[in-house]
Formats: sequence, structure tokens, C-alpha cells
Amino acid sequence: MYNLKNVQFKNILDIKELTIEAGKITCIVGESGSGKTTLLKLLNHLLNYEQGLIEFRGKDLKELDAVTLRREVILVPQAPVIFPGTVRDNLLIGRQFSRKDPLPDEELLKEIHRLSLYKKLDEQTGTFSGGEKQRLALARVILIDPEVLLLDEPTSALDDNTLDKVMDRILGYVKSRQKTMVMVTHSKQQAKITGEKIITLDKGLVSSIEEVA
Amino acid sequence: MNEIIEIGPWRLMAAYVFLIVLLLLVNRQGIKKEGEIFFSALRMTVQLIAVGYILVYIFAHKHIAVTLLVLVAMQFFAVRNIYSRVKVPIKKKLRQVIILSMIAGSGATIFYFLLLVINVEPWYEPRYFIPIAGMIIGNSMTGISLGAERLINEMKAKKDLIEGALMLGATPGDATAPIVKDTFTAAIMPTINSMVGMGIVFLPGMMTGQILAGLSPLIAIEYQIAIMLSILGSVTITVFMLTRLGYTVFFNRWSQLEENDA
Repeated sequence: MYNLKNVQFKNILDIKELTIEAGKITCIVGESGSGKTTLLKLLNHLLNYEQGLIEFRGKDLKELDAVTLRREVILVPQAPVIFPGTVRDNLLIGRQFSRKDPLPDEELLKEIHRLSLYKKLDEQTGTFSGGEKQRLALARVILIDPEVLLLDEPTSALDDNTLDKVMDRILGYVKSRQKTMVMVTHSKQQAKITGEKIITLDKGLVSSIEEVA
Repeated sequence: MNEIIEIGPWRLMAAYVFLIVLLLLVNRQGIKKEGEIFFSALRMTVQLIAVGYILVYIFAHKHIAVTLLVLVAMQFFAVRNIYSRVKVPIKKKLRQVIILSMIAGSGATIFYFLLLVINVEPWYEPRYFIPIAGMIIGNSMTGISLGAERLINEMKAKKDLIEGALMLGATPGDATAPIVKDTFTAAIMPTINSMVGMGIVFLPGMMTGQILAGLSPLIAIEYQIAIMLSILGSVTITVFMLTRLGYTVFFNRWSQLEENDA
């Protein structure tokens, strides 16, 4: 899906060579400040690499239309943006941005329930906790149904019990639809459970690549 | 009594009593603004005397080139005024958008008003052209100043929301739609509000002038209504152009938010 060659970004990232395979779950681990989030933003082309080359499906990222790319490759940041409005507004706005038809309420409700978020669709999101916002943002992405999911610490604000349910849903969705997923996590343990490939970053450099059998 | 009473220099001097009262009050209350107030009043006096003589000259020497030169000068000063009124750094490309919006929006309105509404001949008749262009450009200037400052501040304050939308595949237009709407509304509201009080709370300057000059109030209101609508039109067009073209300068060709202010 992605090929990176000699990619540099400021003094944050310096990647000699890296491949992210289609239809696989790749986990990126590393200490904070190791460049994990920056790497996701480069893949989503929200940031521009200064040197080197990033190819998406064999094409230079810089030659592709950034908006079209981002509709296929959606990034969920660690503190996801929740727009002013209701749960429904937030679930549908993603599809609206991607120029996809809105979905009926039943489907929206089904998805947030799968992610253990039990809210009414008319509820305002202003007072949502960090964990609720994360689940709402994950539901929004699944409802857009993109080819690639880039998730930055998607469960960092969840308790263990909810975390398991949310990860089950995400992995179930990704595997059944053969999506490509890149997930940043600080927990090596979670990476081992979740990932088919684990990339470790250390001070902006790739320190190890591990294929999980 | 159709003849206007000339005030004359001595009685005009009497009007400066108001300034002296203000200066005394400010001084007694320890507000350190005497210098600023004095120089503002002085500047107003000098500017108006100068413009009075310039207008006498221009009215006596009607010429297309002279009228157009005045128009260009007005636009130039209006744009400079906008740059200094906006209290935050303005990107170079946004400065260009401001110039374009001012020239196109107020220019189109001025010519529409003179040619179609008033139907003045020749169209460059300075007695009509200059005061009308002044009112239209001045009000558009206020609208653009409010709009530009608001746009810049909102783009900064809502950076996270914009990036959050971009990450989900939004176009820059989608991502900034709420900001563009807010900016547009904020910039045209003062003009809308000024229409509401008109005639009840105060008599607008142009109308007052025409009535003092001996014109029938019924003709004066015709002019006032027409100019008010034109001001509304010009503010709407200039601010619309500013917001629609303005948001794009904050993005690069990969639909990423530009980081620098240049």
C-alpha cells in the first residue's frame, strides 16, 4: 500500500526504507517523541515530507490529489476532533466530507453500540469524555468505510473492559473487510496482540521491523 | 428659506468649544489622552480644509482622468487603512485578495449606482461621483476590515477543527465552511444594523447635508435609500469575495494548512 524511501521530516523522522502492506494490520510502537504521530500524518498527507519519497499504490503521494487520498486513508488522531452538534451530526459529517450518502439512524446506532457507546443520536457532544470522543470518532471512521485506517492511540482514554470490546470491533471490521490498518500504540503488548507487523521507532529512526506469525 | 446659512470662520471657531470642554474633562480625570484628542481634531480640521479646496478645484475642472484618479486614490487609501486597522499579520496572498475584493466589489457597485440608479451624465460628474464613491468605498472598507481580522483569527483559533475535518477527507472549503459563514455574517451585520436605526435614531449624514442645502426631504430620502442599498450591495459583494477567496490562501496545493503568516 505504502512504500517509503529516505523520508525525512524536520529532525523528527528519518526513515530509510519502509513498506506498509495492503490488507494487513501494522502497529507502530515507540517512546513518545519517536515520530509515530508524525509518520501517520505523513501517510495521510496532512504533513509534507521534505525529502525522499512516499508512494501510495505505487504513485508519488505528492502527485496525488490530497483530498481524494484522505477519503481513502482516514486518520483518527489520539484526541479526535468532535464537531459542535449532536452524535448524529458527528457520525454523518465524515460521510458528508467523503461525498457519501447519509446512513439511516439504525445503522448509526448499531455502530456506536458495537463500540460500547450508549448515547442517543440527538445528544449534544459538548460534554463527552475523552473515551467517549474516541469511540465516537472510531464509529465515524467505520461508517465512512475507507480503504485504510490510520489510528493514533485509538484506545488511550478507555478502561480495560471497554478497550477489549472496542478493539474486538475494530479488528473484526478490519479483518472481515480486508482493510489496511496502521495503528500507533505505546503498548508493545497491545501491538503483539493486534499487529501482523510491528514497526518500532526510536528517535525518528526505524529500529526494528517484526512480522508476527 | 432655501439659501444655506454660511457659518464663517468666527462662528466655526465657536464650535471648537466642544473640543475644549472635552480636553478639560479628560485632563481633570487624569486620562492621559489630551495629545491624541488634540491631534485627532487638528488632523480632522486640516484634512477637511484640504479636501474642501481639492473638491472646489476638481468640480471646476471636470475630466474623466481627474475623477478616475480620485477613485484610484480613494481605493489606495482604503486598502492601506484596512491593512492598518487589522490588528493581526495579514498574509501576502490575503492582501491581494483584499485589493481584488475592494476594487471589484465597490467598483461594480459605484458604476451600477451612477449609471443605472442615478443615471448621471456625464458619468464622471465629480459632484456625484466623488461623494458616492466615498460612501461606498468607506463602508466596504469597514466591512473588509472586520471580515479580514475575523477570518485570520478564526483560522488560527479553529486550527484543530479544520485539521480534524481535513483528516476525514474534507476539502478546504468544507473544513472552513462554518468559519466563512461566521465571518461573512460578522462583517455585514454593522451595515444591516445601521439600516435599522436610520431615520428614527439619527438622520444619516448625506440626507442631513441635502436637507441643510435646501433640498426637499422627499428627494433626500430617495438618495438616502438608494445609497444605503448600494452600500449594502457593495459590502455584501466585497465581503463575499473576501471570504470565498480568502480562506483558500490558508492552504497549500496539498490542502494542508499553511504554517507561516507570510
